[in-house]
Amino acid sequence: MQQIFRHAAFRNPSVLIGGGILLLLLVVALLAPLLTGHDPGSIAPRFRLRGPSDEFLMGTDMLGRDVWTRVVHGARISLLVSTVVATIAISIGLVIGLTAGYIRWLDGPMMRAMDGVMAIPGILLAIALVSLSGASLITVIVAIVIPEIPRVARLVRGVVLSIREEPYVEAAVGLGTPTVKILIQHILPNTIAPLIVQGTYICASAILVEAILSFLGAGLPPEIPTWGNIIAEGRGVFQRAPWIILFPGGFLAVTILAVNILGDGLRDTLDPRMKKRLGA
Amino acid sequence: MLRLILSRLVAAIPVMGVVAIFVFLLLRLSPGDPAAILAGDTATPEAIAAIRADLGLDRPIPEQFITWIGQLAQGDLGKSVLSKQPVATMIGQRVEPTMSLALTTLIFAIAVAVPMGILAAWKQGSWFDRGIMALSVAGFSIPVFVLGYIMVFFFSMKLDLFPAQGFAPLRDGLPAFLERIALPTVTLSFIYIALFARITRTAMLEVLNEDYIRTAHAKGLKEHVVLVRHALRNAAIPIVSVIGIGFALLIGGVVITETVFNIPGIGRLVVDAVLGRDYPIIQGVILVFSGVYVLINLAIDVAYVLLDPRIRY
Repeated sequence: MQQIFRHAAFRNPSVLIGGGILLLLLVVALLAPLLTGHDPGSIAPRFRLRGPSDEFLMGTDMLGRDVWTRVVHGARISLLVSTVVATIAISIGLVIGLTAGYIRWLDGPMMRAMDGVMAIPGILLAIALVSLSGASLITVIVAIVIPEIPRVARLVRGVVLSIREEPYVEAAVGLGTPTVKILIQHILPNTIAPLIVQGTYICASAILVEAILSFLGAGLPPEIPTWGNIIAEGRGVFQRAPWIILFPGGFLAVTILAVNILGDGLRDTLDPRMKKRLGA
Repeated sequence: MLRLILSRLVAAIPVMGVVAIFVFLLLRLSPGDPAAILAGDTATPEAIAAIRADLGLDRPIPEQFITWIGQLAQGDLGKSVLSKQPVATMIGQRVEPTMSLALTTLIFAIAVAVPMGILAAWKQGSWFDRGIMALSVAGFSIPVFVLGYIMVFFFSMKLDLFPAQGFAPLRDGLPAFLERIALPTVTLSFIYIALFARITRTAMLEVLNEDYIRTAHAKGLKEHVVLVRHALRNAAIPIVSVIGIGFALLIGGVVITETVFNIPGIGRLVVDAVLGRDYPIIQGVILVFSGVYVLINLAIDVAYVLLDPRIRY
Protein backbone atom coordinates (compact mmCIF):
# COMPACT_ATOMS: atom_id res chain seq x y z
CA MET A 1 0.00 0.00 0.00
CA GLN A 2 2.73 2.42 1.04
CA GLN A 3 4.52 1.56 -2.15
CA ILE A 4 1.51 2.58 -4.17
CA PHE A 5 1.43 5.99 -2.52
CA ARG A 6 5.11 6.51 -3.28
CA HIS A 7 4.39 6.06 -6.98
CA ALA A 8 5.33 8.93 -9.30
CA ALA A 9 1.62 9.56 -9.89
CA PHE A 10 1.31 11.00 -6.39
CA ARG A 11 4.04 13.54 -7.05
CA ASN A 12 2.67 14.65 -10.40
CA PRO A 13 1.25 18.21 -10.15
CA SER A 14 -1.60 17.48 -12.59
CA VAL A 15 -2.71 14.47 -10.54
CA LEU A 16 -2.52 16.49 -7.32
CA ILE A 17 -4.43 19.50 -8.67
CA GLY A 18 -7.10 17.51 -10.55
CA GLY A 19 -7.48 14.96 -7.75
CA GLY A 20 -7.58 17.71 -5.13
CA ILE A 21 -10.43 19.56 -6.84
CA LEU A 22 -12.39 16.32 -7.22
CA LEU A 23 -11.81 15.34 -3.61
CA LEU A 24 -13.13 18.74 -2.54
CA LEU A 25 -16.18 18.29 -4.76
CA LEU A 26 -16.76 14.82 -3.30
CA VAL A 27 -16.67 16.20 0.24
CA VAL A 28 -19.07 19.00 -0.74
CA ALA A 29 -21.42 16.50 -2.38
CA LEU A 30 -21.37 14.14 0.61
CA LEU A 31 -21.96 16.95 3.09
CA ALA A 32 -24.62 18.59 0.88
CA PRO A 33 -27.38 18.84 3.51
CA LEU A 34 -24.96 20.37 6.05
CA LEU A 35 -23.63 23.02 3.66
CA THR A 36 -26.95 24.41 2.55
CA GLY A 37 -29.68 26.17 4.46
CA HIS A 38 -32.47 25.11 2.13
CA ASP A 39 -34.14 22.08 0.66
CA PRO A 40 -33.28 21.47 -3.02
CA GLY A 41 -36.93 20.96 -3.95
CA SER A 42 -38.71 23.47 -1.72
CA ILE A 43 -40.63 26.01 -3.76
CA ALA A 44 -40.93 29.59 -2.54
CA PRO A 45 -42.58 31.75 -5.22
CA ARG A 46 -42.05 34.98 -3.31
CA PHE A 47 -38.26 34.53 -3.57
CA ARG A 48 -38.28 33.72 -7.27
CA LEU A 49 -35.47 34.98 -9.56
CA ARG A 50 -33.51 36.66 -6.74
CA GLY A 51 -29.92 37.52 -7.60
CA PRO A 52 -26.99 36.10 -5.60
CA SER A 53 -27.01 37.39 -2.01
CA ASP A 54 -25.99 36.34 1.50
CA GLU A 55 -29.15 34.32 1.92
CA PHE A 56 -29.07 32.81 -1.59
CA LEU A 57 -25.39 32.40 -2.48
CA MET A 58 -26.11 31.72 -6.15
CA GLY A 59 -29.53 33.32 -6.37
CA THR A 60 -32.86 31.54 -6.86
CA ASP A 61 -34.60 30.04 -9.87
CA MET A 62 -38.04 30.58 -11.39
CA LEU A 63 -39.77 28.72 -8.54
CA GLY A 64 -37.75 30.43 -5.82
CA ARG A 65 -35.54 27.39 -5.16
CA ASP A 66 -32.02 28.06 -3.90
CA VAL A 67 -29.57 27.50 -6.79
CA TRP A 68 -26.57 26.77 -4.51
CA THR A 69 -28.49 24.01 -2.73
CA ARG A 70 -29.52 22.50 -6.04
CA VAL A 71 -26.01 22.73 -7.49
CA VAL A 72 -24.51 20.95 -4.48
CA HIS A 73 -27.10 18.18 -4.70
CA GLY A 74 -26.47 18.01 -8.45
CA ALA A 75 -22.81 17.22 -7.73
CA ARG A 76 -23.95 13.95 -6.14
CA ILE A 77 -25.68 12.84 -9.33
CA SER A 78 -22.74 13.81 -11.54
CA LEU A 79 -20.21 11.94 -9.40
CA LEU A 80 -22.44 8.91 -9.02
CA VAL A 81 -23.24 8.65 -12.73
CA SER A 82 -19.63 9.13 -13.80
CA THR A 83 -18.16 6.45 -11.55
CA VAL A 84 -20.89 3.93 -12.30
CA VAL A 85 -20.62 4.55 -16.06
CA ALA A 86 -16.82 4.23 -16.03
CA THR A 87 -16.95 0.97 -14.05
CA ILE A 88 -19.54 -0.68 -16.28
CA ALA A 89 -18.08 0.57 -19.58
CA ILE A 90 -14.61 -0.65 -18.61
CA SER A 91 -15.83 -4.05 -17.45
CA ILE A 92 -17.79 -4.75 -20.62
CA GLY A 93 -15.19 -3.20 -22.93
CA LEU A 94 -12.45 -5.20 -21.22
CA VAL A 95 -14.21 -8.52 -21.82
CA ILE A 96 -14.93 -7.65 -25.47
CA GLY A 97 -11.40 -6.36 -26.06
CA LEU A 98 -9.71 -9.40 -24.46
CA THR A 99 -11.87 -11.82 -26.43
CA ALA A 100 -11.49 -10.00 -29.75
CA GLY A 101 -7.75 -9.53 -29.29
CA TYR A 102 -6.97 -13.09 -28.30
CA ILE A 103 -9.49 -15.29 -30.06
CA ARG A 104 -8.73 -14.63 -33.70
CA TRP A 105 -11.93 -15.78 -35.39
CA LEU A 106 -14.01 -13.57 -33.11
CA ASP A 107 -11.88 -10.50 -33.82
CA GLY A 108 -13.41 -9.53 -37.17
CA PRO A 109 -17.12 -9.76 -36.31
CA MET A 110 -16.71 -8.20 -32.85
CA MET A 111 -14.68 -5.24 -34.04
CA ARG A 112 -17.05 -4.61 -36.99
CA ALA A 113 -19.90 -4.47 -34.48
CA MET A 114 -17.88 -1.98 -32.44
CA ASP A 115 -17.22 0.12 -35.59
CA GLY A 116 -20.95 0.21 -36.22
CA VAL A 117 -21.76 1.41 -32.69
CA MET A 118 -19.02 4.02 -33.01
CA ALA A 119 -20.56 5.32 -36.24
CA ILE A 120 -23.74 6.26 -34.37
CA PRO A 121 -23.32 9.67 -32.76
CA GLY A 122 -23.22 8.96 -28.99
CA ILE A 123 -25.54 11.78 -27.98
CA LEU A 124 -28.20 10.71 -30.49
CA LEU A 125 -27.95 7.08 -29.43
CA ALA A 126 -28.43 8.12 -25.82
CA ILE A 127 -31.38 10.34 -26.76
CA ALA A 128 -33.01 7.43 -28.61
CA LEU A 129 -32.52 5.02 -25.69
CA VAL A 130 -33.89 7.46 -23.14
CA SER A 131 -36.90 8.38 -25.26
CA LEU A 132 -37.70 4.69 -25.82
CA SER A 133 -37.31 3.48 -22.25
CA GLY A 134 -38.32 6.56 -20.29
CA ALA A 135 -36.20 8.83 -18.14
CA SER A 136 -34.68 7.06 -15.15
CA LEU A 137 -31.23 6.81 -13.59
CA ILE A 138 -30.70 3.31 -15.01
CA THR A 139 -31.73 4.29 -18.56
CA VAL A 140 -29.45 7.31 -18.48
CA ILE A 141 -26.52 5.21 -17.25
CA VAL A 142 -27.10 2.55 -19.93
CA ALA A 143 -27.44 5.28 -22.56
CA ILE A 144 -24.09 6.79 -21.60
CA VAL A 145 -22.33 3.42 -21.21
CA ILE A 146 -23.10 1.98 -24.68
CA PRO A 147 -21.23 4.58 -26.80
CA GLU A 148 -18.19 4.29 -24.48
CA ILE A 149 -17.80 0.51 -24.80
CA PRO A 150 -16.20 0.44 -28.31
CA ARG A 151 -13.49 2.87 -27.21
CA VAL A 152 -12.51 0.64 -24.29
CA ALA A 153 -12.73 -2.52 -26.41
CA ARG A 154 -10.45 -1.01 -29.07
CA LEU A 155 -7.91 0.08 -26.47
CA VAL A 156 -7.82 -3.33 -24.76
CA ARG A 157 -7.65 -5.16 -28.09
CA GLY A 158 -4.66 -3.03 -29.09
CA VAL A 159 -2.85 -3.93 -25.88
CA VAL A 160 -3.66 -7.62 -26.30
CA LEU A 161 -2.39 -7.66 -29.90
CA SER A 162 0.93 -6.15 -28.85
CA ILE A 163 1.35 -8.40 -25.80
CA ARG A 164 0.30 -11.74 -27.29
CA GLU A 165 3.50 -11.92 -29.35
CA GLU A 166 5.73 -11.41 -26.29
CA PRO A 167 8.06 -14.33 -25.49
CA TYR A 168 6.54 -14.91 -22.05
CA VAL A 169 3.07 -15.36 -23.55
CA GLU A 170 4.45 -17.70 -26.18
CA ALA A 171 6.20 -19.62 -23.43
CA ALA A 172 2.94 -19.94 -21.50
CA VAL A 173 1.16 -21.14 -24.65
CA GLY A 174 3.99 -23.63 -25.24
CA LEU A 175 3.60 -24.98 -21.71
CA GLY A 176 -0.07 -25.66 -22.41
CA THR A 177 -1.50 -23.01 -20.07
CA PRO A 178 -5.26 -22.68 -20.58
CA THR A 179 -6.34 -19.59 -22.58
CA VAL A 180 -8.38 -18.12 -19.72
CA LYS A 181 -5.36 -18.31 -17.41
CA ILE A 182 -3.10 -16.66 -19.99
CA LEU A 183 -5.59 -13.86 -20.43
CA ILE A 184 -5.95 -13.23 -16.69
CA GLN A 185 -2.38 -13.80 -15.57
CA HIS A 186 -0.29 -12.44 -18.42
CA ILE A 187 -2.42 -10.13 -20.49
CA LEU A 188 -4.84 -8.49 -18.05
CA PRO A 189 -2.13 -6.80 -15.93
CA ASN A 190 -0.86 -4.96 -19.01
CA THR A 191 -4.26 -3.38 -19.57
CA ILE A 192 -4.59 -1.90 -16.06
CA ALA A 193 -2.56 1.28 -16.55
CA PRO A 194 -4.15 2.34 -19.84
CA LEU A 195 -7.59 1.46 -18.44
CA ILE A 196 -7.14 3.65 -15.37
CA VAL A 197 -6.29 6.52 -17.69
CA GLN A 198 -9.16 5.74 -20.05
CA GLY A 199 -11.51 5.36 -17.08
CA THR A 200 -10.73 8.91 -15.97
CA TYR A 201 -11.56 10.25 -19.42
CA ILE A 202 -14.79 8.22 -19.44
CA CYS A 203 -15.74 9.85 -16.12
CA ALA A 204 -15.27 13.30 -17.70
CA SER A 205 -17.30 12.33 -20.73
CA ALA A 206 -20.06 10.73 -18.60
CA ILE A 207 -20.45 13.90 -16.49
CA LEU A 208 -20.69 15.92 -19.70
CA VAL A 209 -23.14 13.61 -21.48
CA GLU A 210 -25.41 13.32 -18.42
CA ALA A 211 -25.56 17.12 -18.26
CA ILE A 212 -26.21 17.37 -22.01
CA LEU A 213 -29.03 14.82 -21.83
CA SER A 214 -30.68 16.64 -18.95
CA PHE A 215 -30.18 19.96 -20.73
CA LEU A 216 -31.88 18.63 -23.88
CA GLY A 217 -34.78 17.22 -21.86
CA ALA A 218 -33.73 13.61 -22.49
CA GLY A 219 -32.07 12.96 -19.14
CA LEU A 220 -33.16 12.40 -15.58
CA PRO A 221 -36.70 13.58 -14.70
CA PRO A 222 -36.79 17.36 -14.17
CA GLU A 223 -37.62 17.08 -10.46
CA ILE A 224 -34.15 15.65 -9.76
CA PRO A 225 -31.64 18.49 -9.37
CA THR A 226 -28.84 17.67 -11.83
CA TRP A 227 -26.57 20.33 -13.29
CA GLY A 228 -28.09 19.81 -16.71
CA ASN A 229 -31.65 20.10 -15.37
CA ILE A 230 -30.85 23.30 -13.46
CA ILE A 231 -29.34 24.80 -16.63
CA ALA A 232 -32.30 23.65 -18.74
CA GLU A 233 -34.73 25.33 -16.33
CA GLY A 234 -32.77 28.57 -16.57
CA ARG A 235 -32.92 28.68 -20.37
CA GLY A 236 -36.14 30.64 -20.67
CA VAL A 237 -35.07 33.32 -18.20
CA PHE A 238 -31.38 33.55 -19.09
CA GLN A 239 -31.53 37.25 -20.00
CA ARG A 240 -33.17 38.08 -16.65
CA ALA A 241 -31.43 35.61 -14.39
CA PRO A 242 -28.14 34.44 -15.93
CA TRP A 243 -26.91 33.07 -12.58
CA ILE A 244 -29.23 30.05 -12.87
CA ILE A 245 -27.13 28.86 -15.82
CA LEU A 246 -23.70 30.38 -15.13
CA PHE A 247 -23.18 28.85 -11.64
CA PRO A 248 -24.02 25.21 -12.40
CA GLY A 249 -22.28 25.69 -15.76
CA GLY A 250 -19.15 26.82 -13.94
CA PHE A 251 -19.29 23.81 -11.62
CA LEU A 252 -19.71 21.53 -14.61
CA ALA A 253 -16.76 23.05 -16.49
CA VAL A 254 -14.42 23.04 -13.47
CA THR A 255 -15.32 19.43 -12.64
CA ILE A 256 -14.69 18.22 -16.18
CA LEU A 257 -11.46 20.23 -16.30
CA ALA A 258 -10.32 18.63 -13.03
CA VAL A 259 -11.06 15.12 -14.29
CA ASN A 260 -9.24 15.82 -17.57
CA ILE A 261 -6.19 17.25 -15.75
CA LEU A 262 -6.17 14.19 -13.48
CA GLY A 263 -6.37 11.96 -16.56
CA ASP A 264 -3.47 13.76 -18.26
CA GLY A 265 -1.36 13.42 -15.11
CA LEU A 266 -2.17 9.72 -14.77
CA ARG A 267 -1.42 9.18 -18.45
CA ASP A 268 1.99 10.82 -18.11
CA THR A 269 2.96 8.80 -15.04
CA LEU A 270 1.22 5.44 -15.55
CA ASP A 271 1.34 5.05 -19.31
CA PRO A 272 4.50 6.67 -20.66
CA ARG A 273 4.08 5.02 -24.07
CA MET A 274 0.86 6.93 -24.65
CA LYS A 275 2.56 10.19 -23.70
CA LYS A 276 5.24 9.62 -26.28
CA ARG A 277 2.67 8.85 -28.91
CA LEU A 278 0.80 12.09 -28.24
CA GLY A 279 4.00 14.12 -28.08
CA ALA A 280 2.53 16.03 -25.15
CA MET B 1 -8.70 6.27 -57.91
CA LEU B 2 -12.17 5.04 -58.89
CA ARG B 3 -11.22 1.55 -57.73
CA LEU B 4 -10.10 2.95 -54.40
CA ILE B 5 -13.37 4.80 -53.87
CA LEU B 6 -15.36 1.70 -54.83
CA SER B 7 -13.38 -0.55 -52.50
CA ARG B 8 -13.86 1.92 -49.64
CA LEU B 9 -17.59 2.04 -50.38
CA VAL B 10 -17.76 -1.73 -50.17
CA ALA B 11 -15.88 -1.64 -46.87
CA ALA B 12 -18.44 0.84 -45.51
CA ILE B 13 -21.35 -1.52 -46.14
CA PRO B 14 -20.83 -3.77 -43.09
CA VAL B 15 -20.51 -0.72 -40.83
CA MET B 16 -23.77 0.72 -42.13
CA GLY B 17 -25.28 -2.76 -41.80
CA VAL B 18 -24.37 -2.87 -38.11
CA VAL B 19 -25.83 0.62 -37.65
CA ALA B 20 -29.06 -0.47 -39.33
CA ILE B 21 -29.35 -3.67 -37.27
CA PHE B 22 -28.62 -1.74 -34.09
CA VAL B 23 -31.24 0.93 -34.79
CA PHE B 24 -33.72 -1.75 -35.84
CA LEU B 25 -33.22 -3.79 -32.67
CA LEU B 26 -33.28 -0.69 -30.46
CA LEU B 27 -36.99 -0.25 -31.11
CA ARG B 28 -37.91 -3.95 -31.20
CA LEU B 29 -36.10 -4.85 -27.98
CA SER B 30 -37.20 -1.84 -25.95
CA PRO B 31 -39.94 -2.35 -23.39
CA GLY B 32 -43.36 -1.64 -24.82
CA ASP B 33 -45.14 -2.21 -28.11
CA PRO B 34 -43.09 -0.83 -31.06
CA ALA B 35 -46.25 0.02 -32.99
CA ALA B 36 -47.56 2.06 -30.04
CA ILE B 37 -44.22 3.88 -29.74
CA LEU B 38 -44.18 4.70 -33.45
CA ALA B 39 -47.80 5.84 -33.36
CA GLY B 40 -47.24 8.23 -30.45
CA ASP B 41 -48.93 8.83 -27.12
CA THR B 42 -52.30 9.97 -28.42
CA ALA B 43 -52.79 7.35 -31.15
CA THR B 44 -56.06 5.46 -31.50
CA PRO B 45 -56.01 1.64 -31.50
CA GLU B 46 -56.84 1.78 -35.24
CA ALA B 47 -53.78 3.96 -35.95
CA ILE B 48 -51.57 1.55 -33.98
CA ALA B 49 -53.02 -1.40 -35.87
CA ALA B 50 -52.40 0.40 -39.19
CA ILE B 51 -48.74 0.94 -38.32
CA ARG B 52 -48.41 -2.66 -37.18
CA ALA B 53 -49.77 -3.87 -40.51
CA ASP B 54 -47.71 -1.37 -42.50
CA LEU B 55 -44.39 -2.42 -40.92
CA GLY B 56 -45.40 -6.04 -40.51
CA LEU B 57 -44.71 -5.88 -36.78
CA ASP B 58 -46.74 -9.04 -36.15
CA ARG B 59 -44.49 -11.08 -38.44
CA PRO B 60 -41.16 -12.72 -37.47
CA ILE B 61 -38.22 -10.39 -36.73
CA PRO B 62 -36.06 -11.33 -39.79
CA GLU B 63 -38.99 -10.67 -42.10
CA GLN B 64 -39.63 -7.31 -40.40
CA PHE B 65 -35.99 -6.43 -40.89
CA ILE B 66 -36.14 -7.09 -44.62
CA THR B 67 -39.30 -4.99 -44.99
CA TRP B 68 -37.67 -2.19 -43.01
CA ILE B 69 -34.38 -2.28 -44.94
CA GLY B 70 -36.32 -2.30 -48.21
CA GLN B 71 -38.15 0.88 -47.20
CA LEU B 72 -34.88 2.46 -46.04
CA ALA B 73 -33.25 1.67 -49.38
CA GLN B 74 -36.00 3.65 -51.08
CA GLY B 75 -35.28 6.62 -48.81
CA ASP B 76 -38.39 6.00 -46.70
CA LEU B 77 -37.56 6.85 -43.09
CA GLY B 78 -41.14 6.55 -41.86
CA LYS B 79 -43.63 9.21 -40.84
CA SER B 80 -43.55 11.67 -37.99
CA VAL B 81 -45.99 10.95 -35.17
CA LEU B 82 -47.00 14.57 -34.67
CA SER B 83 -46.93 16.19 -38.11
CA LYS B 84 -47.66 12.99 -40.12
CA GLN B 85 -45.09 14.19 -42.68
CA PRO B 86 -42.40 11.84 -44.03
CA VAL B 87 -39.33 12.02 -41.80
CA ALA B 88 -37.01 12.27 -44.83
CA THR B 89 -38.80 15.45 -46.00
CA MET B 90 -38.68 16.98 -42.51
CA ILE B 91 -34.95 16.33 -42.24
CA GLY B 92 -34.45 17.74 -45.73
CA GLN B 93 -36.13 21.00 -44.74
CA ARG B 94 -33.77 21.38 -41.77
CA VAL B 95 -30.50 20.56 -43.50
CA GLU B 96 -29.48 24.09 -44.45
CA PRO B 97 -28.98 25.66 -40.98
CA THR B 98 -27.20 22.54 -39.71
CA MET B 99 -24.89 22.30 -42.72
CA SER B 100 -24.15 26.03 -42.51
CA LEU B 101 -23.21 25.78 -38.85
CA ALA B 102 -21.13 22.63 -39.33
CA LEU B 103 -19.21 24.12 -42.27
CA THR B 104 -18.57 27.57 -40.77
CA THR B 105 -17.39 25.80 -37.61
CA LEU B 106 -14.99 23.52 -39.45
CA ILE B 107 -13.61 26.36 -41.58
CA PHE B 108 -13.22 28.72 -38.64
CA ALA B 109 -11.65 26.05 -36.43
CA ILE B 110 -9.12 24.98 -39.08
CA ALA B 111 -8.29 28.60 -39.96
CA VAL B 112 -7.55 29.42 -36.32
CA ALA B 113 -6.12 26.14 -35.03
CA VAL B 114 -3.67 25.12 -37.74
CA PRO B 115 -1.61 28.36 -37.61
CA MET B 116 -1.78 28.18 -33.80
CA GLY B 117 -0.45 24.61 -33.83
CA ILE B 118 2.31 25.48 -36.31
CA LEU B 119 3.47 28.44 -34.23
CA ALA B 120 3.33 26.39 -31.02
CA ALA B 121 5.49 23.66 -32.56
CA TRP B 122 7.90 26.18 -34.07
CA LYS B 123 8.34 27.91 -30.70
CA GLN B 124 8.20 24.68 -28.68
CA GLY B 125 8.51 25.30 -24.94
CA SER B 126 7.87 29.03 -25.21
CA TRP B 127 5.12 30.84 -23.29
CA PHE B 128 3.05 30.83 -26.48
CA ASP B 129 3.35 27.05 -26.76
CA ARG B 130 2.45 26.54 -23.10
CA GLY B 131 -0.46 28.95 -23.42
CA ILE B 132 -1.85 27.07 -26.43
CA MET B 133 -1.54 23.73 -24.63
CA ALA B 134 -3.25 25.05 -21.49
CA LEU B 135 -5.99 26.58 -23.61
CA SER B 136 -6.50 23.28 -25.40
CA VAL B 137 -7.09 21.43 -22.10
CA ALA B 138 -9.60 24.14 -21.16
CA GLY B 139 -11.21 23.88 -24.60
CA PHE B 140 -11.89 20.19 -24.02
CA SER B 141 -13.46 20.84 -20.65
CA ILE B 142 -15.94 23.68 -21.17
CA PRO B 143 -19.23 22.12 -22.28
CA VAL B 144 -20.49 23.71 -25.46
CA PHE B 145 -23.80 24.82 -23.98
CA VAL B 146 -22.12 26.49 -21.00
CA LEU B 147 -19.75 28.26 -23.38
CA GLY B 148 -22.71 29.25 -25.52
CA TYR B 149 -24.44 30.97 -22.62
CA ILE B 150 -21.20 32.68 -21.58
CA MET B 151 -20.91 34.00 -25.15
CA VAL B 152 -24.51 35.24 -25.11
CA PHE B 153 -23.91 36.82 -21.68
CA PHE B 154 -20.91 38.85 -22.86
CA PHE B 155 -21.42 39.44 -26.57
CA SER B 156 -25.15 39.99 -26.76
CA MET B 157 -26.27 40.96 -23.26
CA LYS B 158 -23.29 43.03 -22.08
CA LEU B 159 -21.75 44.32 -25.32
CA ASP B 160 -24.82 44.05 -27.56
CA LEU B 161 -22.67 43.09 -30.57
CA PHE B 162 -24.57 40.06 -31.88
CA PRO B 163 -28.16 38.82 -31.70
CA ALA B 164 -28.55 36.07 -29.09
CA GLN B 165 -30.74 33.76 -31.15
CA GLY B 166 -31.92 32.67 -34.54
CA PHE B 167 -30.60 31.91 -37.99
CA ALA B 168 -30.54 33.75 -41.32
CA PRO B 169 -29.97 31.73 -44.51
CA LEU B 170 -27.20 32.75 -46.89
CA ARG B 171 -29.71 34.02 -49.46
CA ASP B 172 -30.61 36.85 -47.05
CA GLY B 173 -27.14 38.23 -47.76
CA LEU B 174 -23.74 37.52 -46.28
CA PRO B 175 -23.83 40.23 -43.55
CA ALA B 176 -27.13 38.96 -42.11
CA PHE B 177 -25.91 35.35 -42.33
CA LEU B 178 -22.61 36.10 -40.59
CA GLU B 179 -24.21 38.26 -37.92
CA ARG B 180 -26.44 35.39 -36.84
CA ILE B 181 -24.01 32.53 -37.23
CA ALA B 182 -20.93 34.20 -35.67
CA LEU B 183 -21.65 33.39 -32.01
CA PRO B 184 -22.78 29.77 -32.56
CA THR B 185 -19.75 29.18 -34.80
CA VAL B 186 -17.24 30.55 -32.30
CA THR B 187 -18.93 28.60 -29.50
CA LEU B 188 -18.93 25.30 -31.32
CA SER B 189 -15.42 25.87 -32.74
CA PHE B 190 -13.79 26.07 -29.34
CA ILE B 191 -13.37 22.34 -28.81
CA TYR B 192 -12.19 21.80 -32.40
CA ILE B 193 -9.66 24.58 -32.11
CA ALA B 194 -8.35 22.79 -28.99
CA LEU B 195 -8.28 19.43 -30.77
CA PHE B 196 -6.83 20.59 -34.10
CA ALA B 197 -4.23 22.90 -32.55
CA ARG B 198 -2.98 20.08 -30.36
CA ILE B 199 -2.71 17.56 -33.14
CA THR B 200 -1.13 20.07 -35.55
CA ARG B 201 1.50 20.86 -32.95
CA THR B 202 2.24 17.16 -32.33
CA ALA B 203 2.41 16.31 -36.03
CA MET B 204 4.61 19.32 -36.76
CA LEU B 205 7.00 18.52 -33.92
CA GLU B 206 7.51 15.06 -35.34
CA VAL B 207 8.21 16.35 -38.84
CA LEU B 208 10.43 19.24 -37.75
CA ASN B 209 13.06 16.74 -36.57
CA GLU B 210 13.41 15.20 -40.01
CA ASP B 211 16.55 15.53 -42.09
CA TYR B 212 14.82 17.20 -45.02
CA ILE B 213 13.75 20.07 -42.77
CA ARG B 214 17.39 20.61 -41.81
CA THR B 215 18.32 20.47 -45.48
CA ALA B 216 15.63 23.01 -46.30
CA HIS B 217 17.04 25.32 -43.64
CA ALA B 218 20.57 24.69 -44.83
CA LYS B 219 19.83 25.70 -48.37
CA GLY B 220 18.64 29.03 -47.04
CA LEU B 221 14.88 28.76 -47.50
CA LYS B 222 12.80 31.28 -45.61
CA GLU B 223 11.34 30.10 -42.31
CA HIS B 224 7.71 30.28 -43.44
CA VAL B 225 8.47 28.33 -46.61
CA VAL B 226 10.07 25.55 -44.57
CA LEU B 227 7.19 25.49 -42.11
CA VAL B 228 4.35 25.51 -44.60
CA ARG B 229 5.67 23.89 -47.74
CA HIS B 230 7.97 21.28 -46.22
CA ALA B 231 6.72 20.63 -42.72
CA LEU B 232 2.96 21.19 -42.85
CA ARG B 233 2.55 19.15 -46.02
CA ASN B 234 4.11 16.15 -44.37
CA ALA B 235 2.21 16.71 -41.14
CA ALA B 236 -1.11 16.83 -42.98
CA ILE B 237 -2.12 13.16 -42.56
CA PRO B 238 -2.71 13.11 -38.80
CA ILE B 239 -4.38 16.51 -39.05
CA VAL B 240 -6.82 15.31 -41.70
CA SER B 241 -7.59 12.14 -39.75
CA VAL B 242 -8.41 14.15 -36.64
CA ILE B 243 -10.73 16.36 -38.65
CA GLY B 244 -12.59 13.13 -39.43
CA ILE B 245 -12.82 12.22 -35.75
CA GLY B 246 -13.83 15.81 -35.09
CA PHE B 247 -16.77 15.44 -37.39
CA ALA B 248 -18.26 12.78 -35.14
CA LEU B 249 -18.01 15.17 -32.21
CA LEU B 250 -19.43 17.93 -34.37
CA ILE B 251 -22.75 16.11 -34.77
CA GLY B 252 -23.39 16.03 -31.02
CA GLY B 253 -22.19 19.62 -30.74
CA VAL B 254 -24.52 20.85 -33.46
CA VAL B 255 -27.57 19.42 -31.66
CA ILE B 256 -26.66 21.29 -28.48
CA THR B 257 -25.57 24.54 -30.10
CA GLU B 258 -28.79 24.72 -32.10
CA THR B 259 -30.73 24.41 -28.86
CA VAL B 260 -28.75 27.18 -27.14
CA PHE B 261 -29.03 29.63 -30.06
CA ASN B 262 -32.49 28.54 -31.22
CA ILE B 263 -31.36 27.59 -34.73
CA PRO B 264 -34.04 25.68 -36.66
CA GLY B 265 -31.78 22.83 -37.83
CA ILE B 266 -31.75 19.04 -37.53
CA GLY B 267 -30.59 19.33 -33.91
CA ARG B 268 -33.68 21.28 -32.94
CA LEU B 269 -35.75 18.74 -34.83
CA VAL B 270 -34.37 15.94 -32.64
CA VAL B 271 -34.78 17.85 -29.40
CA ASP B 272 -38.37 18.77 -30.24
CA ALA B 273 -38.94 15.12 -31.16
CA VAL B 274 -37.71 14.04 -27.71
CA LEU B 275 -40.13 16.44 -26.02
CA GLY B 276 -42.99 15.27 -28.27
CA ARG B 277 -41.97 11.57 -27.99
CA ASP B 278 -41.76 11.47 -31.79
CA TYR B 279 -39.55 8.40 -32.16
CA PRO B 280 -39.56 8.02 -35.98
CA ILE B 281 -37.78 11.38 -36.27
CA ILE B 282 -35.10 10.40 -33.75
CA GLN B 283 -34.52 7.12 -35.57
CA GLY B 284 -34.36 8.87 -38.97
CA VAL B 285 -31.85 11.46 -37.79
CA ILE B 286 -29.63 8.74 -36.30
CA LEU B 287 -29.58 6.87 -39.59
CA VAL B 288 -28.84 10.00 -41.62
CA PHE B 289 -26.07 11.24 -39.30
CA SER B 290 -24.45 7.78 -39.09
CA GLY B 291 -24.49 7.57 -42.87
CA VAL B 292 -22.87 10.99 -43.15
CA TYR B 293 -20.27 9.94 -40.59
CA VAL B 294 -19.37 6.82 -42.58
CA LEU B 295 -19.19 8.83 -45.83
CA ILE B 296 -16.94 11.49 -44.25
CA ASN B 297 -14.56 8.80 -43.03
CA LEU B 298 -14.57 7.31 -46.51
CA ALA B 299 -13.68 10.70 -47.97
CA ILE B 300 -10.84 10.96 -45.47
CA ASP B 301 -9.45 7.57 -46.49
CA VAL B 302 -9.41 8.85 -50.06
CA ALA B 303 -7.78 12.10 -48.94
CA TYR B 304 -4.91 10.10 -47.37
CA VAL B 305 -4.02 8.69 -50.75
CA LEU B 306 -4.14 12.11 -52.36
CA LEU B 307 -1.95 13.57 -49.62
CA ASP B 308 0.55 10.76 -49.39
CA PRO B 309 1.24 8.71 -52.53
CA ARG B 310 3.03 6.11 -50.38
CA ILE B 311 -0.30 4.97 -48.90
CA ARG B 312 -1.97 2.15 -50.80
CA TYR B 313 -5.05 0.18 -49.97
